[in-house]
Amino acid sequence: MGTLTVSQAVDEVTQVDLSNSTVRDLNSALHTEPQGSTAHYRVAKPEGKHSLAVGLDRPVTVEIGGHVGYYAAGMNQHATVEIHGNAGVGVAENMMSGRVHVHGDASQSAGATAHGGLLVVDGNAAARCGISMKGVDIVVGGNVGHMSGFMAQAGRMVVCGDAGDALGDSIYEARIYVQGTVKSLGADCVAKEMRAEHLEELTELLRAAGRDDDPTAFTRYGSARTLYNFHVDNASAY
Amino acid sequence: MCGIAGLHLRDASLQPQLGSLLQTMLCQAAERGTDAAGVGIYGDASLNPAGRATVCVIESPLSAAEAFAAVEAVLGQPVEGRASGQTSVFTAAVAPEVLEAAVRAALPGAVLTSRGDNLSVLKGTGHPDDLATTFKLAEACGYQGVAHTRMATESAVTSTGSHPYSVGPDQCMVHNGSFSNHATIRRELMAEGIAFDSENDTEVGARFVAKQLADSADVEKALRLLCERFDGFYTLLVATENSFAVVRDAIACKPAVIAETDQWVAMASEYRYLTGLPGVESARIFEPEPEVVYAWER
Repeated sequence: MGTLTVSQAVDEVTQVDLSNSTVRDLNSALHTEPQGSTAHYRVAKPEGKHSLAVGLDRPVTVEIGGHVGYYAAGMNQHATVEIHGNAGVGVAENMMSGRVHVHGDASQSAGATAHGGLLVVDGNAAARCGISMKGVDIVVGGNVGHMSGFMAQAGRMVVCGDAGDALGDSIYEARIYVQGTVKSLGADCVAKEMRAEHLEELTELLRAAGRDDDPTAFTRYGSARTLYNFHVDNASAY
Repeated sequence: MCGIAGLHLRDASLQPQLGSLLQTMLCQAAERGTDAAGVGIYGDASLNPAGRATVCVIESPLSAAEAFAAVEAVLGQPVEGRASGQTSVFTAAVAPEVLEAAVRAALPGAVLTSRGDNLSVLKGTGHPDDLATTFKLAEACGYQGVAHTRMATESAVTSTGSHPYSVGPDQCMVHNGSFSNHATIRRELMAEGIAFDSENDTEVGARFVAKQLADSADVEKALRLLCERFDGFYTLLVATENSFAVVRDAIACKPAVIAETDQWVAMASEYRYLTGLPGVESARIFEPEPEVVYAWER
């Protein structure tokens, strides 16, 4: 393994240019930060490379200046990752905690299987956003594609634009808030009443994502809980 | 898994760089497939000289020099051409179908990879980086090109299983994914008298589209009909003499990204293939929606 080529620290920000450092060197420098480190990294020239800033488990901040490839910030714990561009497939997949902010669009499976933390996408997220989410909070400024929230088990997903086909198919106990239209709902996903506690949590999620959308304009969606146990009358819905 | 990429130039001043730009895209796509690779180049003056038809073949039973003489003997006209790795390229000042008939007669067992006035398809088995060199891709020019790197799934690693598939004049298809009902559609097309060159699922898609185009559908309609008839996973890039089109299946699990500037339209499996394109930092970049046909005309 090579060593990270780092230009001099400016205001204690570690600058990494991926045109002359490898992804592996960047990730291993981030992994070897001391326990509790709040180091600040600024990454230039990502050029769509895959697996940037994955597996972080320190409260570091990583700012990436451009578009990233697959699985950026995957498995994140504690870290803050800012992506100033678009993200490829599976951004913040299986995130446990921390915050990932995509300032552009995200490709499919954003936040897939994630257990915790906050994923913010300012633009659109493509198909399968929040698939099998297990506790993460996701706030999408634009639209989400088809099959978003598929088998979502826990956590909250906020869609400030529209949702595609089969939203929340086979959803468990995650809560989905959509401001715009829903092209179609998936099996066992239904619109639900917005009670005071829902407005409160939505207000907090929008605030955390730095947005000023009106919470009262959203509709809540969740599980009708008819598919939890097999019933022969539901056979066609499985 | 396969990698696909394509570049449709709007700015003619970039045409001398088509091959070198496509090479950067193809070589980045190598990580999605190293079994085979191929390119379709539109408008290269050495592959497709003005006033001459071009026919490309793989699996030629003769060496390149013998093959040129054999085709010339059948055609009764001067034939020029070159060997580009596993592909042999023939050109002659006749109609494409006349040259095609002569090549078929002179080279029994050879498989045509393209025929037409504007397109040459160069392909074969091997690592995309090595193939790009044998294709002399960096030297190619033209107005549009498509590229494919193959990780074989549906059929064996053979030169006939490599993409692009060009089965109609100046038409070309590359595919990431796998059709699941291709055997049924193959039988239907064969019952209509359509012959196949390979066991590959993508060839069925290409034959289907060629049939629709021959029946006067435009590319957009042909691809909409493909979406109705084919099951399975696909991101497809389809080019004709004048058009460049992308479509994905309803599930859209095979990746695709489109980037567009005033100078060009590009499509790729992954964004990183596009990072060598001039002006990509200010391109409009988006992911194509499922079952929506995106088409550009020149």
